Amino acid sequence: MIEADAKRSIIRMFHVHHNYGTKKALIDITLDILKNDFVFLTGPSGAGKTTLLRLLYLAEPVSEGQVLIDGMNLSRVPRQRIPLLRRKFGIIFQDYKLIANRTVFDNVSLVLEAAGKKRRLIQKRVNGVLRLVSMEDRQAAFPPSLSGGEQQRVAVARAIVGDPKIILADEPTGSLDDDSSESIMKLLHGVHIRGATVIIATHDKTLIRKTGGRVLNLRQGRLEGSSIIEKHYDNSIF
Amino acid sequence: MIILFFKRALEDFRNNRLLNFITLLTISLSILIVSTFILFFINTSDMMNFWKKGLRIMVYMKPDIAPSEMPDVGRQIKSLEGVRSVRFISKEAALRQLKSQMKRQTSLFENLDKNPLPDAFETQLNANFQRWEKLEALATQIEALDAVQEVEYGQQWLGRFNQIFHLFTLAGYTMCGIFFMAAVFIVANTIRLVIYSRRDEIEIMRLVGAAEHFIKIPFYFQGLIQGAAGAGIGLAILFTVYWYMASNIEPGSFSGLIAIRFLSVPMVGVIILLSMLVGWFGSYISLKQYLKV
Ligand SMILES: Nc1ncnc2c1ncn2[C@@H]1O[C@H](COP(=O)(O)OP(=O)(O)O)[C@@H](O)[C@H]1O
Ligand SMILES: [Mg+2]
Repeated sequence: MIEADAKRSIIRMFHVHHNYGTKKALIDITLDILKNDFVFLTGPSGAGKTTLLRLLYLAEPVSEGQVLIDGMNLSRVPRQRIPLLRRKFGIIFQDYKLIANRTVFDNVSLVLEAAGKKRRLIQKRVNGVLRLVSMEDRQAAFPPSLSGGEQQRVAVARAIVGDPKIILADEPTGSLDDDSSESIMKLLHGVHIRGATVIIATHDKTLIRKTGGRVLNLRQGRLEGSSIIEKHYDNSIF
Repeated sequence: MIILFFKRALEDFRNNRLLNFITLLTISLSILIVSTFILFFINTSDMMNFWKKGLRIMVYMKPDIAPSEMPDVGRQIKSLEGVRSVRFISKEAALRQLKSQMKRQTSLFENLDKNPLPDAFETQLNANFQRWEKLEALATQIEALDAVQEVEYGQQWLGRFNQIFHLFTLAGYTMCGIFFMAAVFIVANTIRLVIYSRRDEIEIMRLVGAAEHFIKIPFYFQGLIQGAAGAGIGLAILFTVYWYMASNIEPGSFSGLIAIRFLSVPMVGVIILLSMLVGWFGSYISLKQYLKV
């Protein structure tokens, strides 16, 4: 199956291990994620979900095994090309990672500035995504003055503004109330519809049941299998 | 892009006001001291050159030397190494000159029954002999001539001044060096603290795919701006002091002979560039040390 889908794969891992000192965080992970997949990475807290995501954008080095992202072998990415790799991703961090002393607008525009986009384009794109996440009225606000749900929406805006091929979301609904969670999931589903590959790390089983998608199950650093969960939830929210 | 980097750099100034104020103060002070030295150096060497150009040895004859022997003595002096020209000044000519210089006090001369002045030779030196030590050696040689009563050259203080001047030059260079290092160190330290205060932001920028130069350039801008602003302030203070002093020196005194001048425009340019280099270098050191990938 892996061979047959090689062309359609966007992320592939072969026998990947990862240790923090003596702690084995990931053990022999082999997986294949297809273009425009909508994947949940699940498992209890401490299973290695965050670690797996961090490997993909080289926040952790690949020390054992192989990781291929969109044709790039991560073991062979020279340091100065890491930024290019990271621009393939839109990342929603578990702790949002918004810059406290920059406005909402500046937090989002940073991605495009770093990619060297023109000012006019940046203005247009940022306004567009802020409208999409319903944060256009708060664009001059600073992140600490926002609620958790609002911060997360800014984080989503920043993740999608560069039109990345892959969206990584680490516990995107972790600390949010149901309404906020729902709006975040709607947004993620939206970018999936428009062609992005979406990977969501979560320990929240009900979230998966509500949304449906492919599920990769991690347990104590090992991949315990994958399954497809059908959405059994009313379609009206999408 | 440039505008963006500039904006970021200015933001950092705003966010770290005290730190940047102290840095600016240090750079200004360094520039002030260094350029004060340069100003002093330029004007003193001007003065030294002016005096050196006028360096000559006055050779006074013994009173019993007959006028007919004078050309011979003149030739003897002329033949010494380093002498460019010799001009005979007879005692009559000297007295005439003295009288014309002291017109108001002619009464002083009325009762003179005898010319008290000696015959003399005014000896001009070759350009390469206008160093103090050579001048001294030549004067000794001339003094050893039989017909010579006394030589008078320069002023004693000029020789001492020469030494002090050299000492000042040395001290000046040392001071420039020290302040250069101090300024680099202070800038490096400021940038280090700014990097520290922005470490989360830098981390985030990296995670969203910012290249290293994108992260670093604003810091270089900060260093350059600090350097330029510091130089501007330092030079402005120096100019104010200079201007105040220049306009308060009484006209007619020695300032009439030698114009005291401020640093030339290219010189000011060089100082500003150098100061910016200091800022850049300080940033460079910090970035190299604290912004490892
Ligand atoms: N920086 C780290 N240093 C040491 N151990 C770590 C580090 N990050 C994670 N771990 C450990 O690795 C394991 C997997 O962690 P993580 O990937 O964060 O799990 P999850 O995201 O599924 O909760 C956990 O046991 C955690 O304690
Ligand atoms: Mg986690």
